[in-house]
Amino acid sequence: MLTLGTLGFTAPWLLLGLAALPILWFLLRAVPPAPIRRMFPAVTLLLGLEDEQTETDKTPWWLLLLRTLAIAAVIIGFAGPVLNPQTERTGAGPLLVMIDGTWADARDWGQRIERLDMLLAEASRNGRPVAVVTLTDRPVGALPFQSADAWRARLPSLTPQPWVPVGEEVLAWWDSAEADGFDTFWMSDGLDYDWRDALLARAEAQGDVTVFESARPAYVLRPSEFSDGEILVRGSRAVAGDVTTLSIAAQGLDPNGIPRVLARADLRFAPSATYAELPLSLPPELRNRITRFEIEGIRSAGAVTLTDDALRRREVALIAGRDDREGLELLSPTHYLEQALEPTADLITGALSDILLANPDAIVLADVATISDGEAEPLAEWVDKGGLLVRFAGPRLASSDVSRDEEDPLMPVRLRAGGRTVGGAMSWGEPKTLRPFADTSPFFGLPVPDEVRVTAQVMAQPDPTLADRTIASLADGTPLVTRKRVGQGQIVLFHVTANAEWSSLPLSGLFVQMLERLAVSTRPATPTADDLAGTTWVPDQTLTAFGDVIDAGALPGVAGEALVEPVPGPDLRPGLYRDEDRLLAFNVVNDETELAPSVWPASVPVEGLSVARETLLKGAFLTAALAFLFIDLVASLWLSGRLFGPRAGVTASLLLALAILPHQGLAQESQADLFALEATTEVVLAHVVTGDRSLDAAAAAGLRGLSEILTRRTSIEPADPIAVNLETDELAFFPILYWPVTPDQPQPSAEAYARLNTYLRTGGMIVFDTRDADVSRFGGSGPNGRKLQQLARPLDIPPLEPIPEDHVLTRTFYLLQDFPGRHASRDVWVEAAPPDAERAEGMPFRNLNDNVTPVVIGGNDWAAAWATDANGRQMFPVGRGFTGERQREIAYRFGVNLIMHVLTGNYKSDQVHVPALLDRLGQ
Amino acid sequence: MIQPADLRSRAEDLAAPLPPLMAAADHLASTVLLGEHGRRRAGMGDEFWQYRPAQPGDEARMVDWRRSGRSDVHFVREKEWQAAQSVAIWADPGQSMRFSSNSNLPTKLLAARVLALATAVLLIRGGERVGLADMSLPPRSGELQLLRLAEILGNPGEAADYGAPEIKGLPAHARALFLSDFLGDLAPVTNALTRAADRGVEGAIVQILDPQEEAFPFEGRTIFDSVGGTLSHETRKARDLRDRYLDRLAERKAELADLARVTGWQYDCHHTDRSASAALMWIYQALGRVH
Repeated sequence: MLTLGTLGFTAPWLLLGLAALPILWFLLRAVPPAPIRRMFPAVTLLLGLEDEQTETDKTPWWLLLLRTLAIAAVIIGFAGPVLNPQTERTGAGPLLVMIDGTWADARDWGQRIERLDMLLAEASRNGRPVAVVTLTDRPVGALPFQSADAWRARLPSLTPQPWVPVGEEVLAWWDSAEADGFDTFWMSDGLDYDWRDALLARAEAQGDVTVFESARPAYVLRPSEFSDGEILVRGSRAVAGDVTTLSIAAQGLDPNGIPRVLARADLRFAPSATYAELPLSLPPELRNRITRFEIEGIRSAGAVTLTDDALRRREVALIAGRDDREGLELLSPTHYLEQALEPTADLITGALSDILLANPDAIVLADVATISDGEAEPLAEWVDKGGLLVRFAGPRLASSDVSRDEEDPLMPVRLRAGGRTVGGAMSWGEPKTLRPFADTSPFFGLPVPDEVRVTAQVMAQPDPTLADRTIASLADGTPLVTRKRVGQGQIVLFHVTANAEWSSLPLSGLFVQMLERLAVSTRPATPTADDLAGTTWVPDQTLTAFGDVIDAGALPGVAGEALVEPVPGPDLRPGLYRDEDRLLAFNVVNDETELAPSVWPASVPVEGLSVARETLLKGAFLTAALAFLFIDLVASLWLSGRLFGPRAGVTASLLLALAILPHQGLAQESQADLFALEATTEVVLAHVVTGDRSLDAAAAAGLRGLSEILTRRTSIEPADPIAVNLETDELAFFPILYWPVTPDQPQPSAEAYARLNTYLRTGGMIVFDTRDADVSRFGGSGPNGRKLQQLARPLDIPPLEPIPEDHVLTRTFYLLQDFPGRHASRDVWVEAAPPDAERAEGMPFRNLNDNVTPVVIGGNDWAAAWATDANGRQMFPVGRGFTGERQREIAYRFGVNLIMHVLTGNYKSDQVHVPALLDRLGQ
Repeated sequence: MIQPADLRSRAEDLAAPLPPLMAAADHLASTVLLGEHGRRRAGMGDEFWQYRPAQPGDEARMVDWRRSGRSDVHFVREKEWQAAQSVAIWADPGQSMRFSSNSNLPTKLLAARVLALATAVLLIRGGERVGLADMSLPPRSGELQLLRLAEILGNPGEAADYGAPEIKGLPAHARALFLSDFLGDLAPVTNALTRAADRGVEGAIVQILDPQEEAFPFEGRTIFDSVGGTLSHETRKARDLRDRYLDRLAERKAELADLARVTGWQYDCHHTDRSASAALMWIYQALGRVH
């Protein structure tokens, strides 16, 4: 094989034929195009006419070039060009293919499998037995050596796992596997593990080792943290390199419960940094919805980090001591609390006993003095389990005896009787300001605004523990906020009211910040071993190695102890674990996971994963040659005048057919558009295609005749009628459908009926014409009547009645009482009037239904009476002599009334009220 | 003696080509008969002309008694006198006429013969005498003459590449109709027409051309052959010839029109893709024209 760069030739000697091309050029150049012989009687007139030019003897240069190219393409094509010719890997003996199969493999798993496929194909050609082993899913016992083809068939079922094999286990497995003397292909995930060197040494003891590794660096997301009201998304990479920007997507459920990307931001790695942080400031509403962060474009479990309770929105219960002052919103004890907590927490209101069942994160008691024993006990229990009880003082608390003599379990401190008032009209001194927060206080660091004044408070009894429990105090040192830890929870008392009665604290931004600090400090932190002891966590969702979150299904729960320092494995899959209401995210990559690129000794050849597929170009070249020859054919025809000369029709139509073929779809689409345009540009009457050609023609002619009459006599000027196919055409364009009934017309499909019903409900009208009023009465047993029953059964038709004397159809344009067509039967049925329709006082008509009747059913063969041919002559005889003509005239009048009724609705019916209206106006 | 069966089969063979040609001609003629110029020109003198007072010498049976009864003098009912006219037709049988550029179009020969026969149908039904200009069929009237005409016109025999009119059978003061493409040498035509004019013969020449001859839609290297194969012309770029060819064709038409004007004939050009009835109408009017 001859190789030129990435191009190789299987039969390079044929390329010598290219040397013959110049000769061909001259040969072709010398031969002019052959003349055509044509019979032409007027040749006598041509005799003696000389050609003006003699140049066209020679073939034009571009045609020569085309032909030369075609020949060159043929020569090159048969020389067997191959793009990226592959050199075969040789080797003999058994072969072990070892795949790490970790989450880090997942990002280019497809490439790996493709490469593996090629390696196996080579091994198959060389007849080597192969064992394919995934280190995260090791076979038991001896290495499974099989034919390479058997492994190739199983390739699609190989998947990576979202964990990393444990070093001792891998080495133990290797030692237990009984085989000797084989080469090893190791598909590494590119990360360094502590067991790599040991395994490599053992593999090299058996034979040659070749490593395949992706050159792409690994990126991972570490668990995101919450700090200072922002989410810190943290990423790492194995290899420090240039500036890299990754797009981070925050996934979560939107308010409708549909998973979507809630936020996007860029994580930027500084040059030569392997760690990057992205502070993500999101509205709490959005933040609470986030279920995971992922690096967009990288399909790996390492690029996904699940979030748990740490970012959740808290439930806060608000209980006020008094709620009798309805309407005084600003004085309501909980108003400011609601305002402050609304954006960040789910507020619960209700009775205390009910609230405790909901197990909220925090309960706020605003000026609630006494708590009944029945409630106090569970409340204390709840606090003990980690609840946050926040109490606000107030007049009631101040006047009660709660926590007076001895400390109430639900109060952080003892209180003095009465409290104190400063700076009021009846007291000494100035209103007090706040002292800056001590560094032991959870509020430490919050700026203290000057405008916060406290005018009244409840006073704490001095106790030995008071200093420890005070987390905020006034400028004079009296406690303002005290806190007591009870079990896992805490009790906080604000010594002022939750509204602005005693202080301006609730009016300041500090109030919100303090609440947030308090609430934030209660969020479940990373659980400690003690927290998890004795608990059982059930996997809720698990992560695949590809970073997809799937339902965990029926995986067994795990003991809490295992989650203290979790090591992911088949028994402990990464994912979201649930214990009652608590959620715990167990991510593939945590803070301790080390990321380092794998290092291989120089003796081990390392190859990339990229596969350059062998591409045979023979077909492409021969196709090109064929295309050139085709162009040459057309060009030759054109040059010699055969393309556009006489009898070129066949050639031209063939070429046209080729060119037109792909445009058929477009044509169809525009056909639908044309239909819509035609139907909507002007008012158009329509009739249903029955399949009976003469009947359809008569219906079309009838509507044409009616259209002419309408144009002549009224302001309705319809365009030519349209035949409507119920199965394919849109009905919404037509005000009226004329439907002649014939016994052998096909039943419309279910879809067509659905559209017909929509049409009827949205104001359309169908005129059924059984055309048999001469032989059978309406509802009779004629074949047309039976067919009508069949046709109309699936339709949504209201109750019917024969046209009453005062129906609006009798007076929309002409005053009519007969509705003849070609036959003069009185049986014409329309929608029945409502049973309660009554004749208005002084009116000759009843106040009938306010809609256009959706159907008109009759058998008078109106279309035949209306029908005119193209010259405007009547097509069908009606009656005899003058009476016949009169009947036709009445038929036309009925048609006019019908169309008027469709287009104007009950306008004429409403007209009868005009005298009454005028009368009422006093004219 | 020929057996009747044999005679019949031979007659049928002979008649075989007749019906289509006859039918086509009849069909064509009927479009004119039904039109505006129908039987208003009836011949044979059975049309009322005028009443004139009877003169001595008039036979008693010539007196129109009904008219005479209303007055004191006798009247003779005179009918329109109309002598039958002889019309001689020459339809070019040359090989150049046996050409059509498209299978949907008739050959020029067929077009010429259908026109000729249709004209004959019209004239004979109008009472005229129709014959062929080349002596093969002297002018006669009657339906039988139509059959004879159809027989001769339906059998184009061997012919030269380009035909020339013969006027041996042309009676003096008759009318004549020449149908040809007039693409051959024009000298015989000129000769025939001048000689005919000398004999007081008037008539019409209809040039029948194929649309291709009018359009010259050729390109590229082409060899043009005449239908008989006697003439040929090669060109390397047919498109370049087009303008000059069309000039020559226009020149030829002008020559023919000139010739017709000088000799007092009528000239028209008919294309085989056009309606034949229009051409027939023109012929009918040209032949019936009174000078």
